[in-house]
Amino acid sequence: MSSMIRKGLGYTSLAVMLTAIFMVFDWAPTEAEQGIAQRIFYFHVPCAWVAFAAFGIVALASLFYLWLGERIWDDLAYAAAEIGMVFCTLVLLTGSLWAKPIWGVWWTWDSRLTTTFILWLMYGGYLLLRASADDSPQVARFAAVVGIVAALDVPIVIVSVRLWRTIHPAVLITKTGEHGLEDPRMVVTLLVSLVAFTIFFIWLLMLRFAQLRARTRLCRMGQEIALAEVRAGDA
Amino acid sequence: MEHFTFLVAAYSAIFVVIFLYVLFVWRRQAALEAQLREMEERMKELNEGSRGDESLPSRHP
Repeated sequence: MSSMIRKGLGYTSLAVMLTAIFMVFDWAPTEAEQGIAQRIFYFHVPCAWVAFAAFGIVALASLFYLWLGERIWDDLAYAAAEIGMVFCTLVLLTGSLWAKPIWGVWWTWDSRLTTTFILWLMYGGYLLLRASADDSPQVARFAAVVGIVAALDVPIVIVSVRLWRTIHPAVLITKTGEHGLEDPRMVVTLLVSLVAFTIFFIWLLMLRFAQLRARTRLCRMGQEIALAEVRAGDA
Repeated sequence: MEHFTFLVAAYSAIFVVIFLYVLFVWRRQAALEAQLREMEERMKELNEGSRGDESLPSRHP
């Protein structure tokens, strides 16, 4: 049943993603000031949304793991952190490729860029910890604490453009409360891209989570077999 | 068409990174399936080797 849902989500995300690509390159009008480089934004924002959603799931799942101590929550947090890291990397990459033609520099220590980079570093640390240490409950608990603390940076990234002086554009909602997209087709294109990335994220998360669950079960199975082998040897 | 290169580079980066991650997930899936088959074989051997021994582990779904 869950494999059917996964397959359906996979095909749906592919279809919506192709629609979004068509809209980005053919349907949405070219922005007057930034020109063609503004089209990077249609996939840059959904990447940020997926990264934030993934890190939010890491925090929630880690909280549940610390509270209940059930391995399923740790597996969910690990899967979400990995996907969040992929999309956070894409946010930094696409942001840099947008900044060069618009600002004239690849990188600047702007508040939003800096807080996003800190977020990337913290989850990089989280994944390094998971990759280098064993699968013991102590490591899982420590990783859960890191996952929760790192997720505290997400709201800071979101409000950074309002808290500090910044050159990062507030495209979705400006300081005057309006949105920065001049044409309704731009808004629709962004919404379709957001839907495409959200479905893709759910599909990826289900897939990776199922894998991590299977890995956990395999580990237990391996331990049981080793025990049975010892008993068989004794008999 | 000024800045077209940056647009192409940004979308290429997105698709390449996503493709690489999906490839990584797909390879992990193949490795897990191989590991599962190996364990099932081992379990079968153990069950055949000592039939009736209640201490053997039950099969996982």
